[in-house]
Amino acid sequence: MKVHEYQAKEIFKEYGIPVPKGGLATTPQEARKVAEEVGGNLWVVKAQIHAGGRGKGGGVKLARSLDEVEQVASQIIGMTLVTHQTGPEGKLVKKVLVEEGLNIEKELYLGMVIDRSTECPVMMASTEGGVEIEKVAAETPEKILKAYVDPALGMLPFYARKLAFGLGLSGDLLKKGISFMTNLYKAFIEKDASLAEINPLVITKEGDIIALDAKMNFDDDALYRHPDIAAMRDLDEEDPLEVEAKKYDLNYIKLDGNIGCMVNGAGLAMATMDIIKIYGGEPANFLDVGGAASAERVENAFRILLSDPNVRAVLVNIFGGIVRCDRVASGIAQAAKNLKVEVPMVVRLEGTNRDEGMKILQESGLSFITATSMAEAAEKVVQAAGLK
Amino acid sequence: MSILVNKDSRVVVQGITGKEGTFHTQQCIEYGTNVVAGVTPGKGGTMWEGKVPVYNTVAEAVEKEGANAALIFVPPAFCADAVAEAVDAGVEVIVTITEGIPALDMMKVKRSMKGKSVRMVGPNCPGVITPEECKLGIMPGYIFKKGPVGLISRSGTLTYEAVWQCTERGIGQSTCIGIGGDPIVGSTQVDLLKLFNEDPETELVVLIGEIGGTAEEEAAEYIKEEFTKPVVAFVAGRTAPPGRRMGHAGAIIAGGKGTAAEKIAALKEAGVHVAESPAEIGATVARVLGK
Ligand SMILES: Nc1ncnc2c1ncn2[C@@H]1O[C@H](COP(=O)(O)OP(=O)(O)O)[C@@H](O)[C@H]1O
Ligand SMILES: [Mg+2]
Repeated sequence: MKVHEYQAKEIFKEYGIPVPKGGLATTPQEARKVAEEVGGNLWVVKAQIHAGGRGKGGGVKLARSLDEVEQVASQIIGMTLVTHQTGPEGKLVKKVLVEEGLNIEKELYLGMVIDRSTECPVMMASTEGGVEIEKVAAETPEKILKAYVDPALGMLPFYARKLAFGLGLSGDLLKKGISFMTNLYKAFIEKDASLAEINPLVITKEGDIIALDAKMNFDDDALYRHPDIAAMRDLDEEDPLEVEAKKYDLNYIKLDGNIGCMVNGAGLAMATMDIIKIYGGEPANFLDVGGAASAERVENAFRILLSDPNVRAVLVNIFGGIVRCDRVASGIAQAAKNLKVEVPMVVRLEGTNRDEGMKILQESGLSFITATSMAEAAEKVVQAAGLK
Repeated sequence: MSILVNKDSRVVVQGITGKEGTFHTQQCIEYGTNVVAGVTPGKGGTMWEGKVPVYNTVAEAVEKEGANAALIFVPPAFCADAVAEAVDAGVEVIVTITEGIPALDMMKVKRSMKGKSVRMVGPNCPGVITPEECKLGIMPGYIFKKGPVGLISRSGTLTYEAVWQCTERGIGQSTCIGIGGDPIVGSTQVDLLKLFNEDPETELVVLIGEIGGTAEEEAAEYIKEEFTKPVVAFVAGRTAPPGRRMGHAGAIIAGGKGTAAEKIAALKEAGVHVAESPAEIGATVARVLGK
């Protein structure tokens, strides 16, 4: 699960990680009030969306007076912000974070993830902060320092020292850097994060180390033990169809194509998307109806997948295992009847009780197109969608 | 021969009295699996379905029934504890079906297994089957058939698809393992390839990968350096967009890494026969085996 910058910064504060003074606003007037409370004579107004690269897209602006804060906030709130992470359609900005402007001496990078190969947390630091870190990683990987932390030991000081010295910190800054990293590690582990990224981490002219930006993602599977994090979920940032699908425990991801897919199992669902593409079509979605694939689930799945107006044909690919094909077939027939499905539907059933399942479909009085192999199903659905 | 499990495996099912546990234990027994005990804390001393003794701890199941393999259906919040208990009790093979275990829990448990000879498969997986001998999982048993093909897969139903394509052609399997769709898994592709390398019954291995992580690249590296048998592979998710989790927690293209294209290239480089389409896995196996 993703959270906003302002939410990540609230967590940081809880762990003693320094962040700029600031507050959230949803109107220009509120933005002015926050700026007043923050004080000083330089402020930054930052769009709060679940995507980075806001600075370049015009979603982060400096203001030198309270009037300017109000003015800049009125530009950002309500704008559709396009960044390299939002896709071309952009994201509507509903809230801004108003913060004190800092005297930046240097912009660094600090990040943390669970490394899958070594199966331990890794903290990464770089002197090349502020820019796209993916670029640094691709072009000059030696500029990203890494500390693989033994989870049994935790963030011992030597890991942090290794990174802090590598960043060229010394004296008071070294101490501040080490404490920053130690606290970040603690926050990450205690909150079951899957990613933390501070880009840039700044050194100010006054000699402080501050998280100027903050990004955190959390492990969905651990949310049950973090109600505070779960409450940070912002449904405005998610696709409404995906939100709807989650209510029924369906795994749905909307894509750009026009062939709707309904499959049991994530791997088979991905493979089905792939084979549609091989036959010249484009999948409209990823949808895993899960192992149970009961009539009710199938009906909800159809409803969600058909509410995407781009869908011109549907491919159902079920490998019946413990769940028998005849059961799934009755579910499909019932759902198609109830929902009055109008687009052509290709159904491929394989596995337990396949023949019984096929018979149910054929006798349902509905015009299913049936297929026996994945290849045949893909070919037929692309044809049915009028793409070939 | 086979790997991990066979007709001599003595299975303890953790979470046997739950709904999932009960249903699948029944299926495993029907397949011929030797389920010797169940564990549900607090229900020790009872008989599950009148035929399998239930214990409070795994240690008791090991001591009294000689259990050497565990099948786990414990809910995600308590699952890491259950795995650790099985490790502690000295069980040799642990298969965890449970989906949704927090990544940090798995990280800790995996760490605790370091240096021990125990092998874990899963979590979030269909399990392990040695056809016609032992089924430790939730897969439909009848699609499998004894034979020379070993199979390692990150996904469930796609495994069935691949197996079925082989079985339909009369090509059977030595052992099939669903390693699970999570970022951290008990056994990686490389771990299992090493076992297949030593198994005389296995003539060819099918590797079914998907987007996310670098496990396929690591497998390719190992295959190139040491693996002595032919490998057929398919990688799912060529059409998956970056940054989106495709069902499995581990199936996500992040930071430009983990794409299907990279994995396919690495596997081809290692001499693996990569099926371009999921419909061609069985045909590719048949071709490589000369059948
Ligand atoms: N409080 C601040 N004081 C001074 N400059 C800031 C402040 N906040 C942001 N900036 C400037 O804006 C840039 C972009 O902000 P950041 O929070 O990193 O957003 P994003 O990563 O989405 O572009 C920073 O690299 C920094 O140069
Ligand atoms: Mg930034």
